[in-house]
Amino acid sequence: MFAINLYDFSGTVNSIHQWLNARLTPGWATAAEWAIIGISLILFVAISVIILVYVERKVAAFFQLRIGPNRVGKWGLLQTIADFLKLLMKEHITSKNADKFLFNLAPFIMVTAVFLGLGAIPFAKGLQIFDINIGLFYIAAASSVGVFGILLGGWAGNNKYSLIGALRSGAQVVSYELSIMLSLLTMVVFTGSLQLSQIIASQQDGWWIFKGHLPAWIAFIIFMIAGTAETNRGPFDLAEAESELTAGFHTEYSGIKFAMFFLAEYVSLFIIAAVGATVFFGGWMPFHIDDWAAFNRIMDYIPPIVWFFGKVAMLIGIIMWFKWTFPRLRIDQLLVLEWKYLLPLNLMNLILVSFIVLMGWYF
Amino acid sequence: MNAIVRYFAGIFKGLKTLATGMKVTGYYFSHARKEIITQQYPENRDTLQMFERFRGIVTMPHDENNEHRCTGCSACEVACPNGSIEILWQRLEDPETGKKKKTIDKFVYHYSMCTLCNLCILACPTDAIKMDQTFEYAVYDRKELTFILNKPGSKVRADVKE
Amino acid sequence: MELVKQQRDTASDLKTQEYFVNMGPQHPSTHGVLRLVLGLDGEIITKVEPHIGYIHRSIEKMCEHDNYRQIVHLTDRMDYLSAHINNEAVCLAVENALEIEVPERARVIRTIFAELTRLASHQLWWGVMGMDLGALTAFLYGFRDREMINDIFEETCGARLTMNYNVPGGVMFDLHPNFHKRVKEFIAHFKTKLPEYDDLLSNNVIFRQRTEGVGILSKEDAISYGVTGPTARASGVSCDVRKLHPYSAYDRVDFKEILMEEGDSFARYKARVLEMWESLSIVEQLIDNIPEGDFQAPTKAVIKLPKGEYYQRVETARGELGVYIVSDGGKSPYRLKFRSPGFSNLFVLEKLAVGSKIADLVAIMSTIDIVVPDIDR
Repeated sequence: MFAINLYDFSGTVNSIHQWLNARLTPGWATAAEWAIIGISLILFVAISVIILVYVERKVAAFFQLRIGPNRVGKWGLLQTIADFLKLLMKEHITSKNADKFLFNLAPFIMVTAVFLGLGAIPFAKGLQIFDINIGLFYIAAASSVGVFGILLGGWAGNNKYSLIGALRSGAQVVSYELSIMLSLLTMVVFTGSLQLSQIIASQQDGWWIFKGHLPAWIAFIIFMIAGTAETNRGPFDLAEAESELTAGFHTEYSGIKFAMFFLAEYVSLFIIAAVGATVFFGGWMPFHIDDWAAFNRIMDYIPPIVWFFGKVAMLIGIIMWFKWTFPRLRIDQLLVLEWKYLLPLNLMNLILVSFIVLMGWYF
Repeated sequence: MNAIVRYFAGIFKGLKTLATGMKVTGYYFSHARKEIITQQYPENRDTLQMFERFRGIVTMPHDENNEHRCTGCSACEVACPNGSIEILWQRLEDPETGKKKKTIDKFVYHYSMCTLCNLCILACPTDAIKMDQTFEYAVYDRKELTFILNKPGSKVRADVKE
Repeated sequence: MELVKQQRDTASDLKTQEYFVNMGPQHPSTHGVLRLVLGLDGEIITKVEPHIGYIHRSIEKMCEHDNYRQIVHLTDRMDYLSAHINNEAVCLAVENALEIEVPERARVIRTIFAELTRLASHQLWWGVMGMDLGALTAFLYGFRDREMINDIFEETCGARLTMNYNVPGGVMFDLHPNFHKRVKEFIAHFKTKLPEYDDLLSNNVIFRQRTEGVGILSKEDAISYGVTGPTARASGVSCDVRKLHPYSAYDRVDFKEILMEEGDSFARYKARVLEMWESLSIVEQLIDNIPEGDFQAPTKAVIKLPKGEYYQRVETARGELGVYIVSDGGKSPYRLKFRSPGFSNLFVLEKLAVGSKIADLVAIMSTIDIVVPDIDR
């Protein structure tokens, strides 16, 4: 009925739209579309987090000369599902003097924030929930709401460790938001648009990481550093800081509420990687080399959705590599890195890019 | 000017050290098949070979005639720092000579108290006890860790003199 | 200008409250059951109070009821990472009191084992240090290399950690035939892995920033607090018992005493890493020169020390371990006291950590390298 075209999803989406409108009143059709989007988003998040957690554990194991999960299912593939079931069945513990309302609210804020962020990600051609003209800005705004969850969770748990973790995280996310936005802004000067579909369209003839040469590389490195910090992952996992603050802001959480923090962490990791892939590596655009027609045609055979997830996987892999190599920074060093290094470099880079674009010195 | 040079040199040097670190972990990640050192214990039980001197548990070897070498001299009991060994002995009448002779009734060994220090083995004058290489002794009740080392109905070997 | 002044006044009206955090006894980076009561002003530490005794097993009192052979195995359980060296300390004390001449072979074997123990301890420390600072992968690399040493121990003495390989008069067994081969394999392996340690942590810019200038211990403080071992040598205090009062076979090997000047966390880190190289060289010098002969001197079945007081000190991986025996001529000591390095090293924490951040405290604790059972005994 709905032929799924792996190369262009807009046809599929349109046919679903028409099919629903033919059978329902316009209001109900919209509601049904929302429901479909919501359910598929939840399914996507659930599946991708399960995969990501498994991959993270395997990757960590291989870095550390271990085998990693290998008991549940073939190669331990079902391990994450087993862990998730365990977390579902665990008791909800709320400490006696906790602020119960905020304590229960915090994980939902985290999860809501990351779901909002996923809304604007273009997964493949025509496969995007909404394509607004300030897409990049919107993603950054939505994903930074998550810090409220950390702050509230750390405050409400009535635990000093979580409070310290939360405050660290507050300082961290506020500072690194700046870098991540500036590095994306640098690229926006190239692309000339904040709309994600436009950004991808501008990379029809080559990805910005190649077209923008040096400034794009600088922006990419800053983006990776700031993105790692934004998602609270090692070496910037100060909010958790296992060896200092036991578990940081989620010390008091257990069961499914803990799982929600976990889920939010991995989805925001996905979002960061997806934004990076979109802005620097052309999103779902295949890899093309100017005049190698045959090579380009082969590349075109690979569906855009595979290109997109391949690039995302690569970036996630790099972020994981960071985490499993480096020691953690201290809070003041973290801020020094941002305000004394990343921010000035970013601003210089922005001026450089503006100049390059003005002179037309890019491919 | 110098400060600016130092600033950028610092950045590059820092990035370089980070890259060397990533090279090390990256090597192990890409050579994981060769470098992984984890042994999968319950699976490798059949091939698992403990070292011959490995101290797992104190045992008393018996030969095919159900005879052991323990005379009940209590040297091990004295040597044991933790009181893991208790020797209950009895006087049995020798059917041939009619004399009463001291023999062991029970060689009680509390594995739960043993630190596997090997002092009892060193103390034994007749080499009646030795360390065994088995090590899977997880049980639900501590009582199950009290063993009687001499088998029921066993005797001292005739050639063992005190 | 007025506005700035106004703001400053409001800021000074704001009261901040110092608060207390119980770090431990169950905490990932207190290395066991140590409890630190921290007074904190924001993230800045204003007070550190170590509370010890959670794993006190009264080993010294137990020693008063055990005979001299039995005491040895209890010392395994003090500083379990330098088990062999602890054993050696008691045995040396007993041997010196009885004036037993330990065979050359036993002395060399003891030295090799002691250095391997030190290496194993430092490898574990290196891994744990990485883990405390957030580099979890380092932990597993440290353990991988330590595994080889544990295998060497297991093959010769039957146990991996609580070895109890020393007996008064020598060592318990002769070396296993595979010993030479395995030690040589280990040396070859570890010489390629030690530079990796540097790549992964020592030269890493984040690691350097986390440790350099953090928790500076002055030479005077180190001496007055009785700090020993690599912790003190990083502050420039020459206190290596192996060098100053050689025992076993240390008088015939050539090694450097690692001395640093800075006294910060990185100096303590570097001192231990360099000590690994020294230990490797000591093992290398001795492994081909193990004299033939007995591995144990004959001793009486019941060891009785003449009436008097005896003291023996050795260098464990953490510092100077002293064994003080008061004998009334009986078969067990009248009183036995261990001067454990961890105890003195721990209490310098107050001096080092006040004024720094929680994250620094973790780094300092790691570089002091405490083993809690050694402190509590």
